[in-house]
Amino acid sequence: MHTLDCPRCGRRPLDEFTFGGERRTAPSPIEDADARDFDEVWIFENPDGISTERWFHSAGCRRWLTVRRDTSIDRVLEVR
Amino acid sequence: MTVAEAVASLQPITWHEPRSSYDVVIIGGGGHGLATAYYLATRHGITNVAVLEADYIASGNTGRNTTIIRSNYAVPEAIRFYDHSRQLYARLEAETGAAIFHRVKGHVWIAHTEMALRTERSRVLMNQALGVDTELLDPAGVKALIPQIDLTGGGRYPVFGASHHVPAATARHDRVAWAFASGATARGVHVIRHRAVTGLLRDDAGRVVGVETAAGPIRAGIVVSATAGRSTQVAAMAGVRLPIRTHPLHAFVTNDFEQGLDKIVASTELACYVSQTERGQMLIGAEFDSQPSFSRISSFDALRSYAYKITMLLPFLRSMRILRTWAGLCDISADWSPIMGETGVDGFLITTGWGTWGFKAIPAGGEQMAERIATGRTPALIAPFSLERFTRDHALADQASAGTR
Repeated sequence: MHTLDCPRCGRRPLDEFTFGGERRTAPSPIEDADARDFDEVWIFENPDGISTERWFHSAGCRRWLTVRRDTSIDRVLEVR
Repeated sequence: MTVAEAVASLQPITWHEPRSSYDVVIIGGGGHGLATAYYLATRHGITNVAVLEADYIASGNTGRNTTIIRSNYAVPEAIRFYDHSRQLYARLEAETGAAIFHRVKGHVWIAHTEMALRTERSRVLMNQALGVDTELLDPAGVKALIPQIDLTGGGRYPVFGASHHVPAATARHDRVAWAFASGATARGVHVIRHRAVTGLLRDDAGRVVGVETAAGPIRAGIVVSATAGRSTQVAAMAGVRLPIRTHPLHAFVTNDFEQGLDKIVASTELACYVSQTERGQMLIGAEFDSQPSFSRISSFDALRSYAYKITMLLPFLRSMRILRTWAGLCDISADWSPIMGETGVDGFLITTGWGTWGFKAIPAGGEQMAERIATGRTPALIAPFSLERFTRDHALADQASAGTR
């Protein structure tokens, strides 16, 4: 993976973007607060396959993008 | 030791046909898995052990790292642990009789800003307080140890000073794996190659009682996951969630060059490091890819970035050619420290989160995990590295000592 197709700026080198982590799903209702906090703060899904992530176009339009990426081959499938 | 003596010292590995049941099954035939088996056999007399490897032994990060052994960490728990490992490495050739090409070189960690120099100063004080030989160098001291260095850093990365970790060493990584495998199999441990674990066997109480493989199940009293690059997936088989992301890290070697770079040279801001191998190649690594991935394909971007950075410090490298490049999958834990011991699931232990710092920890990690398996009690040296530390807010944040980012 060398470039990202930014919806506003077009195809730009990956150096311009900052990885923002997995997109977290909405927090579950509090049942076991400690367990939920542990999960929210520390745990990563770290999928070997399709991952939905946030990327920041830090050296470009400075907007956040949502990227779907196949981590097993490091290839971008979709940028929104 | 001459090359001929080193070749003669290569001890055979005895390959066994797998049985259907063992006292201990270790998933992952890399350094940590093989060392755990070796210390179970030699220190505790436990030899009814199998090490299951999906590929050939040391095919993962054990054969893909930059072979640096050092203990100049910044938190006391880590300094104690890695220094114990460094000492075990120093005795390993004498103990096993196998040549691992262990060479004490010294590790010079260069600071390019006042901020980084403060970090190195605090590292030196913390190391010295724990009896680890690390000293602070001014730029002239750096130049004296590394005559090839450009103290202006190409005009962009001036050398402000450095910490010099005197006992740091390198060793041949495949020889280390081979030494542990040969020592373990000679005592009856089974090392089984090309046998991927596809699942875990559980009993009605939820205890892990064995592993599932393509060639059938293997029962076990205790299952230990010693994988790297797939720790999240293996732990998930037991329903254990880990604070780990997997990032590829690229490294390369140049063509051979006469021996001349005596030190292991690392840079704080540039996050890159270089040492010269026994063959004379310059072995260069740097930071891992920012995005997690399970792809081991090296990228031109990474090579270009590393080459640019390291030639700023060592201009003579500009005339060299990149001979070979590869990537490994680093399990980067949330606090940049390893995770060893219990998982909360009966019968299932892990040693993981070895990120970019696993090679130097192989002997101590193996020895301590073996003690945990044999005695059922977690040794004091690795108790701070339990998975449970995250729930107690006792994370051991030590990113500044990883040498990468």
